[in-house]
Amino acid sequence: MRQAIIPFGPQHPVFPEPVHLQLKVEDEVIREAIPAFGYVHRGLESLVSIRDLHQMVHVVERICGICSMIHALCYCQGMEELMGVEAPPRARFLRVIWSELHRIHSHLLWLGLFADSFGFESLFMELWKIREKVLDIQEATAGNRIIVSVNVIGGVRRDLDLSQRKAMLDDLQEVEQAVRSVSGVLLTDYTVSRRTVGKGVVTGEQARELGVVGPVLRASGIRQDSRMLGYAAFNELELEPVVETDGDCHARCRVRLREVFQSIDLIRQAVSRIPEGELSVKVRGKPEGEAVARVEQPRGEVFYYLKANGTKNLDRLRVRTPTFANIPALVVMLPGMWLSDVPVVVLSIDPCISCTER
Amino acid sequence: MQGEVIPVNVETVLGEAARAKAEGWRLVTMTCVELDAASVDLLYHFDRDFELKHLRLTASKDALVPSISPLFFAAFLVENEIQDLFGVRFHGLVIDYGRTLYLGEDVKEAPFCRYVVNDSGDQG
Amino acid sequence: MFKMTRNILLNLVGPRATRRYPVVVRPAFENCRGEPVNDMEKCNLCGTCAVKCPSGCILVDKRNATWRFDPYACITCGVCTESCPSGSLRQRNGYRSPVREMVPVLLRGRIKEGKPKAADQVS
Repeated sequence: MRQAIIPFGPQHPVFPEPVHLQLKVEDEVIREAIPAFGYVHRGLESLVSIRDLHQMVHVVERICGICSMIHALCYCQGMEELMGVEAPPRARFLRVIWSELHRIHSHLLWLGLFADSFGFESLFMELWKIREKVLDIQEATAGNRIIVSVNVIGGVRRDLDLSQRKAMLDDLQEVEQAVRSVSGVLLTDYTVSRRTVGKGVVTGEQARELGVVGPVLRASGIRQDSRMLGYAAFNELELEPVVETDGDCHARCRVRLREVFQSIDLIRQAVSRIPEGELSVKVRGKPEGEAVARVEQPRGEVFYYLKANGTKNLDRLRVRTPTFANIPALVVMLPGMWLSDVPVVVLSIDPCISCTER
Repeated sequence: MQGEVIPVNVETVLGEAARAKAEGWRLVTMTCVELDAASVDLLYHFDRDFELKHLRLTASKDALVPSISPLFFAAFLVENEIQDLFGVRFHGLVIDYGRTLYLGEDVKEAPFCRYVVNDSGDQG
Repeated sequence: MFKMTRNILLNLVGPRATRRYPVVVRPAFENCRGEPVNDMEKCNLCGTCAVKCPSGCILVDKRNATWRFDPYACITCGVCTESCPSGSLRQRNGYRSPVREMVPVLLRGRIKEGKPKAADQVS
């Protein structure tokens, strides 16, 4: 049988991320897939030599245009460990609220793109219509739709008063009802299940060996969520990781859908338990040493390594985003699939190439 | 820094990585830090049940470091990135992009290295 | 099997889901961030905003008493407004509309009379 090499390129009509896959195809069945990226590398890690410690919060937020607040949260946590300060309790609860809002909007974005990848455009539009309400909540409370800039080293910059919290809970009630009315389509529709069940299977053993993170790991049956580390008030909230056992695209879709409801529940818990107090502590001085911080982004576990040398600029900032850990899984998932399944399977790991390449 | 830091060198790094794999540790990532004009610090970060462990390898910039991608498949992407950005070469990579993952084919210098020493022998 | 059909039929006969922009414009939320505006009467040209700005869009020239601001590099983060010691900076509500020409903002201030230096006093 003769093989053809098809470049599934950085520009593709159905796939919004600039990742390149070199597919060795034999009669429409994929035999081998090699990923490559590097089309949007901005070299943001080298900006540490120009921007000082506090200005880097704004640079780090712009690594990703979907999970931006959680990058800033991880950086601030690493810097707080280096400088030996701790954010006050009210700030930690506020950080939880905005992180979970980010997680809801990111999962709704992904669910829409996933529906679009097998051609279901009306479901894509419905899900993004629901997402607009979440973005309005973020704009009304924090000042901007996605790049919210609420984190500073030592706490947060903005507060949520009683009327804002009540309005947020009312809006989230509408979001929850709307997602529930649409979730029946994703879970039980015949065409959706024909395109996603049994595609791109990663078993639990393979997932552990490849080192995948996030919903891809939890859909293969492994109960691991970095929020269980207990950073930023998560140790005071009740959290049970969402786990499915099938390991295919439909299982990942179910994990993310259930996480939307879990995030709404976490926000309700945080709003009811938020303590009074100040918003941030004053941070002074120039730190020295190394620190490591890990946080759960919507796509998985993000890892930050910070090295400071006593000046106002950091020596090295290293960011490893979850998509970077999930891309090697594509080499294992894709062989055996049809060529038309490639967009669905690649989208099911939730790639965010701007995060990956920084 | 959280977690135990174990110093290794170019000969012992594969042995330590194999031991980590046998004990069930997962590779989180690798970090390369430039120390001065001649040497870099390569850190390997491992995780098991939310506990961290690090291996620190201090090597010179033109050393040939053995790749751990035969043991941990996911390491091939990180090692290719370090090859591109810092100029450290790895041998035994499972998939080697040959310094073209982020850089064009004609780029010779390492973008993230701040210390550059001229070939003519003057201090850069 | 026809779960989306109900949604689609409701969308056909129901009200619009989108606003008829630009005929109907939603006013910006109260907390929405915009660009900084400087009141030169209160500004003492200390330069704190220029030092703290993450994108480097403010230039303060103390000798000529000018405050130069590039609105197209501004990321509306609000750090300058928060760190201004004299309270002359204020943040607009909402982002600006598109423009055809990029013109930076150049404002002139007054150099305030400072305390006399010790060298002057001795002589």
